[in-house]
Amino acid sequence: MARALLDVLNLEVRYGGIMAVKGISFAVEEGEMVCLIGANGAGKTSTLKALARMLPSRGEIRYGAERIDALPAHALIGRGLALVPEGRGVFARLSVAENLAMGAYHRRDHDEVAADIEYVHALLPRLKERARQLAGTLSGGEQQMLAIGRALMGRPRLLLLDEPSMGLAPLMVEKVFEVIRTVAAQGVTILLVEQNARLALEVCSRGYVMESGRVILADSAANLAADPRVRHAYLGE
Amino acid sequence: MSPRHRAFAGTALIAIALAVLPLVVGNTLGNTWVRVLDYALLYIILALGLNIVVGFAGLLDLGYIAFYAVGAYLYALLASPHFGLHWPAWAILPLGALVAGFFGVLLGAPTLRLRGDYLAIVTLGFGEIIRIFLNNLNQPVNITNGPKGIARIDAIGVAGHPLAKPLEAFGVTFPGVTLYYYLFVLLAIAIVFVGIRLQDSRIGRAWVAIREDEIAAKACGINTRNVKLLAFAMGASFGGVAGGLFAGFQEFVSPESFGLLESIMVLCMVVLGGMGHIPGVILGGLLLTLLPEAFRYGAGPLQQAAFGRVLLDPESLRMLLFGIALILVMLYRPAGLWPEARHRREFAEKK
Repeated sequence: MARALLDVLNLEVRYGGIMAVKGISFAVEEGEMVCLIGANGAGKTSTLKALARMLPSRGEIRYGAERIDALPAHALIGRGLALVPEGRGVFARLSVAENLAMGAYHRRDHDEVAADIEYVHALLPRLKERARQLAGTLSGGEQQMLAIGRALMGRPRLLLLDEPSMGLAPLMVEKVFEVIRTVAAQGVTILLVEQNARLALEVCSRGYVMESGRVILADSAANLAADPRVRHAYLGE
Repeated sequence: MSPRHRAFAGTALIAIALAVLPLVVGNTLGNTWVRVLDYALLYIILALGLNIVVGFAGLLDLGYIAFYAVGAYLYALLASPHFGLHWPAWAILPLGALVAGFFGVLLGAPTLRLRGDYLAIVTLGFGEIIRIFLNNLNQPVNITNGPKGIARIDAIGVAGHPLAKPLEAFGVTFPGVTLYYYLFVLLAIAIVFVGIRLQDSRIGRAWVAIREDEIAAKACGINTRNVKLLAFAMGASFGGVAGGLFAGFQEFVSPESFGLLESIMVLCMVVLGGMGHIPGVILGGLLLTLLPEAFRYGAGPLQQAAFGRVLLDPESLRMLLFGIALILVMLYRPAGLWPEARHRREFAEKK
């Protein structure tokens, strides 16, 4: 078997004095779209933050051929690992165009950056229309699009998405997931953390179910969606 | 006129105005007011330094005056009879920038994880620690001369001429305060220039990103630790330069010049003027130095004329009016008197 793009072994994350993630292991293959689902407080976001090196952790995190668990957060984007943070995290007092430019902060290849802005504008036309508007004045959905667009400006190989549906109207959620699907179809590997399990299992090929800091189920999305435990606990049936 | 010509003409006009100003003020209002202008320029330099930390990087620093103190005492120790050292100003001032910058890193390093109120409390403590050190480092070895301060500091010399002495040139006598004015104006312009360049640089954008969202800034590949430390160091070094100028200008330093109220005053200049906006910060520094002085000289005689006697002590009236002015500005111009255009937009859209 080819080595996975992301390989996590016995990951432990302490957050606010409690063990939020209690030694989980999982892997994401190149080109896959995988989700981590679970209830509020299950440790999904802590896991993702540890992967992005925003929280200290124990255990191994392998990305490509390298262990990244000792790297600082800012070193990841240059390696093609991008995070779309929880709550979107757009730079509210910068314009949409400036936000996108920040996504390419680490890059020196200015011509390529210009081409990537064109690409993001083609993918997310709203961002082009609103290029000069302050990001803080965008609607929640537009901010989520901007956060995704900004992450794409780093030309990621692996995109970590933290609760992209949070606080969005259902119609907007559909649109955001449509964009995520398009990005995945273009070959970007995606790890998605989502409370909206139904939607996550619809778009992803595989999933992990987390509960109280542990992975309790790991299977294909179709099997998970059919699993009575998942149906009962997370799909409200 | 083409835009280029217009810009040139504008610059020339400002330059002439700045050059003539102390002569006009000196001949009409007296040299006391030129001295006030000198202090205003020092405060502007200080406020521009603090603006880097608070305005650009969004790190609330309530102990900023400590760096002013470091610069001032460094100058005092290296150019006074206290240690018998008499270094030239051109050597001490850059050293002061470096040493103050080092102290900035010293303050920044342990506070990297703090934000907002928590950072404010730690920086406030840092400012007080420096002041208390200066107050008490007169024993067992006398370094700072304690609360008595250090006197008979050498005046700043330019090309062998101590600026405290009047200078005859072009048939005009330039008093010391006017000579200092010219030095301070030149340095203030240099610092404004550095500030503008910083704001437009990669580092400037990184500062803004950190101010807006630290996690997102990290995710964008910004080394937030280094960039924050750099903000502290740059801001502190501006303060260090201002402190050195202050010591040479006053020829005397003592710990009481570096209290918490001074830190708050400089912060008020930044916030009132318009956080993160260089012209606004300059305006803030100018207003908050000139207006209190105007009250000091104007309030007594004005009351005398209106009521026949002085009802309120001008000094306490000054603080009262200052407080009212602060509240009014925060109510009606929350982004400051002269905010950055984008700031103004944001506040307008929120309403």
